[in-house]
Amino acid sequence: MAIGDWQQENGEHTLVLGPSGSGKTTLINVVTGLITPHQGHAFIDGVDMTALSADARDALRRRTIGLVFQTLRLIPALTVRQNLALAQTIGRGTHDAADIDRLIGRVGLAHRADAKPRTLSQGEGQRAAIARALITRPRLVVADEPTSALDDSNAMAMIDLLFETAADTGATLLVATHDQRIRSRFAQVLTLAPPAARGAA
Amino acid sequence: MSFFGLSFAYLRDRGLNTLLNIVLLALAVATLVILLLFARQMEDRFSRDAQGIDLVVGAKGSPLQLILSSIYHADVPTGNIPLSSVDTLRRERTVAKVIPLALGDNFRGYRIVGSEPAYPEHYGATLAEGRYWGKPSEVVIGSEMARGLGMAIGQRFVGSHGLSDDERASGHDHAPFMVVGRLAATGTVLDRLILTSVESVWDVHGIEHDDEEHDHDHDGDGAADHDAAEHEEATCKTGIPHDHDCDGKPDHGAGAETAHAGEDHDAHDAHDHEGEAEAETGGAEARPHAMAAEVTALLVTYASPLGAIQLPSFINRQTNLQAAVPAVEISRLLSLVGLGLDAVRALALLLMLTAGLSIFVALYTALRQREGDMAMLRVIGASRGSIFGQILFEGVALAAAGALLGVALGHAVIGLAARNIRQLAELGLDASHFEMAEVWIVLGALAIGAVAALLPALRVFRADIADTLANSR
Repeated sequence: MAIGDWQQENGEHTLVLGPSGSGKTTLINVVTGLITPHQGHAFIDGVDMTALSADARDALRRRTIGLVFQTLRLIPALTVRQNLALAQTIGRGTHDAADIDRLIGRVGLAHRADAKPRTLSQGEGQRAAIARALITRPRLVVADEPTSALDDSNAMAMIDLLFETAADTGATLLVATHDQRIRSRFAQVLTLAPPAARGAA
Repeated sequence: MSFFGLSFAYLRDRGLNTLLNIVLLALAVATLVILLLFARQMEDRFSRDAQGIDLVVGAKGSPLQLILSSIYHADVPTGNIPLSSVDTLRRERTVAKVIPLALGDNFRGYRIVGSEPAYPEHYGATLAEGRYWGKPSEVVIGSEMARGLGMAIGQRFVGSHGLSDDERASGHDHAPFMVVGRLAATGTVLDRLILTSVESVWDVHGIEHDDEEHDHDHDGDGAADHDAAEHEEATCKTGIPHDHDCDGKPDHGAGAETAHAGEDHDAHDAHDHEGEAEAETGGAEARPHAMAAEVTALLVTYASPLGAIQLPSFINRQTNLQAAVPAVEISRLLSLVGLGLDAVRALALLLMLTAGLSIFVALYTALRQREGDMAMLRVIGASRGSIFGQILFEGVALAAAGALLGVALGHAVIGLAARNIRQLAELGLDASHFEMAEVWIVLGALAIGAVAALLPALRVFRADIADTLANSR
């Protein structure tokens, strides 16, 4: 895949829209430094992610990016609170119980703070996943297909929550999806062409 | 929430599997600990009880049985030997010390041993309270026996025949013993014995059908003799300080030999007994038992290495005597037991390897399920090293729990066995004793846990995060 120059400003929530195979995940992986592009660069907060060593990329990602996965990826052995605490310890090297409780309350999971992820409903799990992504106070929150598996109302609720919490913490959203339902919610949309249209997979 | 906490959370999350692995490892460790404690304490006890005893002389029979019965008091005696053999041996210039033992009775399973104060002194025992026996039927009890039965000075009891506590065994109701002293704990076989004079044992057996009058006479004699002997303790007849070496000094032995075998043997308390016993058996027709002039075994200490060469063959030539060397018999016994111990030890090591394999399989499967977790942790910023450490810690924590449980279990089993199986208690099995080698067993278990975790943990360094994220869950 190839995209031209493209920039996301602070606070400018952006949707990366494209069908399956159009390279959304690849783009996200480049942005988060998990893979290195054959050509081109990705600058995060002014730092060239693609030019860094693996360790430095880990550090940059840890400092600046929070991730929300489509399958949530909460650790099943840990409670919601512990999941957040672990992410906080990894991301910031500190443990701030009050901050964790505040964020859990903010996403409306105060009553489920000590529940294991497998006992959570889909919506509760998503709230927990968003809370975990935000606990490190990242400047950029990257969400991969956060709504594709959800029905209409849940999808909208998810996006609402992302916007609200991002506004609360001052984070900028980068959401990758093929879900056309949420397109209207974003002012800035980067559309990726389907593989067939590019003539190469 | 640290990575350690994460390890514990994972372990807790698959609790049943964790429990299985801990128990498996604990069983292996416990088996090794039990074997170690058993073997070490047995060897230790064996050598401590046999310290300074170069030779045991007793009736013909199994030499091992002779050693077990007369040094460890853990078997029935081979029979009795004439009291005159005490003298015969004491006259040998290669003999430094001869301690006669008269066995035959027990009280509630604690053996009553007729001997001389030289016997407890041989083990460096001291009186915790009271005094040594004076007249027959006075006894000094070992510390463990005193504690076990709550016996105290002044108490009377009646022994029962035989060496094991058997209600059906005939009692010697007519000849009660009285406790006059208690030994301080020595950590040897003495702790579980009831010590008295040789005559006491004779009294119980030799005179048991006699009338009271003789009994009293005898008591009187014994007391008088003993008093004399005690007063004499400061010096030998020859003026040499009467320490125990004095007994067997070649000059003394030779002198006694040339003198004769009668009344002036009073330089030595055992000689007194002999003289007295001979006089009594000779003089009293009411005492026909030859048993009165017999002892069960003699504990011999050599005066010189020459004794080891000359004495056993000299004794074995005597028709009804045999000499057994404790060192030889113990090593024979330990090698026999050792074969069995080796087999169990091999099994325990196998069990330990099985436990290691089980931990490996558990971690390996768990980590396959956790690949997504690990990738996620890497994505949110955890280093490879910290995830590697987390997995390794999981294996080591599992092993540590198993190892500590195993050590506790091992000691508990030893304690239970010692409490419930008399033979083991008699071996002096002590659950509260820790061996340095147990540390190695624990370290071995930890190493097994670490190795079992190593292979799964190494996958962290090979895994491609982006791939794993795309392909898992």
